[in-house]
Amino acid sequence: MTIKKLLYVLVLPLLLLTGNVMAQDKVVTGKVTDSAGAAIANASVLVKGGTTGSQTNADGTFSLKVPASAKSLTVTSVGFGSVDIPIIDGPLSVTLRSANTSLSEVVVIGYGSTRKKDLTGSVAVITSKDFQRGNITTPEQLIAGKVAGVSIISNGGQPGSGSQIRIRGGSSLNASNDPLIVIDGVPLAQSGIAGAGNPLSFINPNDIESFTVLKDASSAAIYGSRAANGVIIITTKKGKGGGLKLNFSSNLSVSNIAKKVDVFSGDEVRKIVNENGSPARIAQLGQANTDWQNEIYQSAISSDNNLSISGGIKSLPYRVTLGYQHLNGILKTDKLERTSLALALSPAFLDNHLKFDINLKGIMQKTRFANQGAIGGAVSFDPTQPVRTTDKRYGGFFEWRESDGSLILNRGNNPVGLLEQTFDDQKPMRSIGNAQIDYKFHFFPDLHANLNVGYDVSKNTGTRFVSDSAASNYETGGVRSQGKQTKTNTLLDFYFNYVKDIKSIKSRIDVTTGYSYNNFQTKDYNFRSYKANGDTFPSSKPVQFDFNLPENTLVSYFGRLNFNYNDKYLFTATVRRDGSSKFSRDNRWGTFPSMALSWRINNEPFLKNSTLISDLKLRVGYGITGQQEGIGFYDYIARYGIGGISNSYIFGQDTVIASSPFGYNASLKWETTTTYNAAIDFAFAKGRINGSVDFYLRKTKDLLNSVPQPTGTNFALYILSNVGSMENKGVEFNLNVQPIQNKITTLDLNFNATYNKNTVTNLTVVPNDPTYKGLPGSGAAGYNGAILISQVGGPRNTFYLYKQVYDQNDKPIEGLFEDLNRDGIITPDDRYLGQAADPNLFLGFSPNLGYKKFNFGFVMRASFNNYVYNNVYSNLGRLNQIAGSYTVGNGSANYLETGFTGKNAIQGGSDYYVQNASFLRMDNISIGYNVGKISRGKAVLRISGNIQNVFVVTKYSGLDPELNNGVDNNLYPRPRTYTIGFNLDF
Amino acid sequence: MKYYSRIIGALVVLATLVLPSCQKKLDLFPTNDVTAESIFKDPAGYKNALAKVYTSMAVTGTNGRDIPSEIVSDEGNTGFLRQFWYMQCLTTDEAGWTFFGNTDPIGIHEMKWSASTLAVAGAYYRGYYNITICNNFIIESSDDKLSQRGISGTDAENIRHYRAEARFIRAFNYWALLDMFGNIPFIDDNYVIGSSVLPPQKSKKDIFDFIEKELIAMEADLVAPKTNEYGRLDRAASWALLARLYLNAKVYTGVERNTDAIKASKKVIDEGGYSLHPEYRELMLADNHLNTDEFIWSIVFDGVRVQSYSGTTFLVHGPACADAGLSGAFKDTTGTNGTWNCIRLTEQFVDKFDVKDIRGQFWTSGQQKNMDFLLGDASTAKYGYSSLKFRNKTRTGQLPGSYAASNGVFVDIDFPVFRLAEMYLIYAEAVARGGTGGSNATALDYLKDLAKRARPGDPSAASSASLTLPYILDERGRELFWEGHRRTDLIRYGQFTSGSYLWSWKGGVRSGTAVDSKYNLFPIPTQDLSSNPNLKQNPGY
Repeated sequence: MTIKKLLYVLVLPLLLLTGNVMAQDKVVTGKVTDSAGAAIANASVLVKGGTTGSQTNADGTFSLKVPASAKSLTVTSVGFGSVDIPIIDGPLSVTLRSANTSLSEVVVIGYGSTRKKDLTGSVAVITSKDFQRGNITTPEQLIAGKVAGVSIISNGGQPGSGSQIRIRGGSSLNASNDPLIVIDGVPLAQSGIAGAGNPLSFINPNDIESFTVLKDASSAAIYGSRAANGVIIITTKKGKGGGLKLNFSSNLSVSNIAKKVDVFSGDEVRKIVNENGSPARIAQLGQANTDWQNEIYQSAISSDNNLSISGGIKSLPYRVTLGYQHLNGILKTDKLERTSLALALSPAFLDNHLKFDINLKGIMQKTRFANQGAIGGAVSFDPTQPVRTTDKRYGGFFEWRESDGSLILNRGNNPVGLLEQTFDDQKPMRSIGNAQIDYKFHFFPDLHANLNVGYDVSKNTGTRFVSDSAASNYETGGVRSQGKQTKTNTLLDFYFNYVKDIKSIKSRIDVTTGYSYNNFQTKDYNFRSYKANGDTFPSSKPVQFDFNLPENTLVSYFGRLNFNYNDKYLFTATVRRDGSSKFSRDNRWGTFPSMALSWRINNEPFLKNSTLISDLKLRVGYGITGQQEGIGFYDYIARYGIGGISNSYIFGQDTVIASSPFGYNASLKWETTTTYNAAIDFAFAKGRINGSVDFYLRKTKDLLNSVPQPTGTNFALYILSNVGSMENKGVEFNLNVQPIQNKITTLDLNFNATYNKNTVTNLTVVPNDPTYKGLPGSGAAGYNGAILISQVGGPRNTFYLYKQVYDQNDKPIEGLFEDLNRDGIITPDDRYLGQAADPNLFLGFSPNLGYKKFNFGFVMRASFNNYVYNNVYSNLGRLNQIAGSYTVGNGSANYLETGFTGKNAIQGGSDYYVQNASFLRMDNISIGYNVGKISRGKAVLRISGNIQNVFVVTKYSGLDPELNNGVDNNLYPRPRTYTIGFNLDF
Repeated sequence: MKYYSRIIGALVVLATLVLPSCQKKLDLFPTNDVTAESIFKDPAGYKNALAKVYTSMAVTGTNGRDIPSEIVSDEGNTGFLRQFWYMQCLTTDEAGWTFFGNTDPIGIHEMKWSASTLAVAGAYYRGYYNITICNNFIIESSDDKLSQRGISGTDAENIRHYRAEARFIRAFNYWALLDMFGNIPFIDDNYVIGSSVLPPQKSKKDIFDFIEKELIAMEADLVAPKTNEYGRLDRAASWALLARLYLNAKVYTGVERNTDAIKASKKVIDEGGYSLHPEYRELMLADNHLNTDEFIWSIVFDGVRVQSYSGTTFLVHGPACADAGLSGAFKDTTGTNGTWNCIRLTEQFVDKFDVKDIRGQFWTSGQQKNMDFLLGDASTAKYGYSSLKFRNKTRTGQLPGSYAASNGVFVDIDFPVFRLAEMYLIYAEAVARGGTGGSNATALDYLKDLAKRARPGDPSAASSASLTLPYILDERGRELFWEGHRRTDLIRYGQFTSGSYLWSWKGGVRSGTAVDSKYNLFPIPTQDLSSNPNLKQNPGY
């Protein structure tokens, strides 16, 4: 579907219909507060059953013109419940109860919404009031540590970089473990746009109203083949009608490096080299004491400004946000500028029978990516050398040279030079939009028809320039390259929804059935590469194809039935049938059903009048979800590729391009996860203590593993096949307590805990093949081969290393390992299955204290039994790293403990380097103060102060124990960030 | 209300606008790839597919890697020549792997490999990958397929030659696998690629018979010697491989075939029209494609068009940078910027050359001849001489034209798989081993010719040659060192695993030790044993 058509679809209905103006002749005023008496800003106030509405001001007050006929108002606010209040003469006083206790709160779920009390699945909702605070550059960080069962680990400290998100441990090995993310009804493609570290960085965190996390199959199965790793639904803020409101917020932050890698100083290196180095190395020593880490990191100042305007023009509630972020990385030359514009319109017509929900978001980024090679360089480059020299040959930077001044090859380059001489400029932009049209049939108001058309288009253009004087590319004469990519994803959903309360049988039914079409198209442009002076690299010419156009399509039919009997027994069944272009016709269609039952025990007569128990619900669910991300678009088709110039062949004088058959697997299909979930939701003391416990078992089958093909039977020697199986078992616990709640002080405590046990149960065609060791995971610098393995019987990504032998002083003996199979020689067969990289237990704790006009809170997370391989120790903690083979370098202080020379090939494969990296981290601590009315009452000012990455408690010896792959090497350090913020409401 | 009709109208408009575009099929096809039918629709497409057959002997992959990281982590290791060289040369006195950081080939020189050694699996899977590519080409170029696709006349005739060449390359890979692994799985062009039928394992004898039968059968479809385009092979290659196969027949089948070896090598010598290239030191240079006088068939490498870390580039970079302070000098000598510094020769091998033998092209400056230390880093790389046999320089001492374009990384040196000198040596050895149909005098003359070329400054060069088996084994070492023969030779002479000849670090011991005779064959890799239950491991592993 083209963009043009989409615009048509968006605009045409607006032209066909005209606004519906009502007579208005009465003004109602009032104030909305929470149960503690604090004002609730931006609560929505609507005439019940009508379209007229407004929003409360920062002090909780509102004023609304209503028709004379209006009898009552509906007041709602996200994070709080909804209240209907009769219109009386004089100001209204409205009290909203916090959502924790409000079960009539509406929760956005896939293709519709439901009342929280009607939920049968495992669904978590986090609203803006509970978000993490501070200089948040990417949306998922808003809910880190806030949801049981959801692990969010940032990829590092680069501004705008993404995170690894795992819901209940993920469900895959080789394909994807990332959840499906849906923004205002538009499911995002998993792959981001080139030129941006993270696809989610295109959503302005300030625009987000709430996250809904669908964790179990009964809630997620409505998303079928994309739901096996859970679903995160992001809902952005909408206009609520009423008078014009302005909000301006501004954050200013300073980030510093929190901890540096422990390496040697210039003096220490001089000592080590003088004592142990060859004469040639001693001669190379310089006089400087350069701390290269100090040279590459900086205090980074960032700002984040947002202006939002909301209100209503007649019956057209709107919200417009303009955001501008200027972020600097703590690694010098790392920059991200982001300008975002979001427009939300939610007009309603015909007595609310026809509702529109239109969201348009656009973001432009301007990024300069620092050359992250400098991070590794700074810990390994010789600290006895100065940053700059008087000789300007390599841009004035010190570089290793031969006696004739030419570069010594492959020796590493000056880290500062790497930063300052690389210009990697990317300009990605993205727009996501949708128009949801909901029509409530006039002659049959229980029935809704809902059409949602959406798009997600992005484009990146980028250039990379390295000057011809830069040592990193000196031999090639510098680099001048460019890239371009566009993505066009389109969406159409259409569904009917029928809701009926059948009082005669005390039942309520809610049925949804629909169709969805999703297309994902990428256009990757190919360019020649040029030297800095504009000459082409001879081997790069000419491009064979101007661009490539990979595309995939998903067509789905879905249905859902909710049945509620007497508010006691709830039943949900969903089914989705997906057709994917990634599979052959025989395997293309998959059916994903789910079922769930819940019993609201507190509505039984024996508990109905309990003062202690205010809610008690038992939920059980079962469902099947799929996983097709990470599977190639065309892997099932027998294809030939056209080779490049550099790997063609020469016949006579002619260059003949080679055309090469690809391996393929015609029987490829999706991975399937069956989830069983059992849970109890509870609330005591009028909801001041509430929470839930969920037990789950997730069994994935048809797991894709790369399977060796019997030689000669296929063009690829390993082919992804659906052979494996895996299990995740776990418990999630979530508890909210409000120990103090009065007009002056409120204290909210949220605690969540997740235990997850992952076990790989099969990986081979013939189950439990003893000759198959397992699927190798990531490797480590300075060591050849994988250090992690996913082996049957153990958890995925378990360390698979040699067992170190120690001397009587517990000092590891270099190159000496236990011959575990007792065959007299140390071979790869002597490796053993050790500890797993992923934690088995993680906790989140976030208290919030409100006292008069102050509020104070922090977020702490803890992780247990996550193991990390200290690659800095293994790769740099040895003499030949410092006293060098060709040049002097720097090494990890671990060398002093081991005295390793570095001459053993498999020392890097030692389990000595694996450490328990359990940790407790304070993510965030914040304090806020509501100054109140300023500027003669025209505005309300709130100020806040915040520190991120406050401290980490761990026994792990490296830079940071929190890693998403178990290997600690050259992590972009997560900075400590201090933020002050101002928020003005007009 | 009057709005009903408008709403229904709007819905209808939406449906007509949007729904048809959703009917788009789920059958999507990549834009930049093609199917067999579009590749093989015309003769030019056949030539592209033939280029793949040939380049599978040279590069590590054309569209991504041929050998996946599950088998060999470092792609640079995965080309045919480098894998073959690891098995044939690194296992012997010709070379030891001295760099600790690249673990794939570690243990190969020490004869400590197992069914899970990456370098062993790499050689095995590379061979079968190439065979599968050849099988596919042979299937797609059958007479039936050609007539179905309307290709006839000269075009069809050319493609018949292509097909015979693919059959040869298949036979050559089978020979290499037979030599290395013994009893091996067998798949030919009757196999439906992509089906799940498990290939059978065949005995050494059966594989030998298949190769022999193929080489004889394809002869008619190959073009006459020296009449093909450079880079492509001809009939002489099929005779040369037969000669090599027969010389080793006893190892493969238990039966001597020396008489056939004499016949086949003689056919190359007499009917091929080859002569020894006068200058030995010009054999392995950047412009050695000019050596058509002696080269029978070469794997072609080019700094721009056929780039591979696994080809002759490896044979230049691997030994390079003998001493840190002299890396510039080494670069000047060899014509590359490489400093891999990972291969040295044992002193036992170096000792086979005297000073008058110009084939002993060693880098000695800063080096100690005795290999007292094997595995280490640059600081220990001084133990053992390094090789200068392969140099990316032209006959006139210039850098090749591609040097700048490939930034001094990839070399232009072609690798002669068969050259006339080997045929001389086969002839002489087969005669010495009692084969009939040749003559002692001719055999000795061939050895003298080689000695004279090797010792241009030695007036008694000719008399240094003698028609004895020990002389021939050593002479093969000297003449063909690093050309992928040594392991096969030592096995034929019973010296590979036994204690009758020891070299530094054989069996992992400084002065060398005998090892179990199971090491005469490599083990079938674990992966294939587990995916194909038809396969039985070689004895002892």
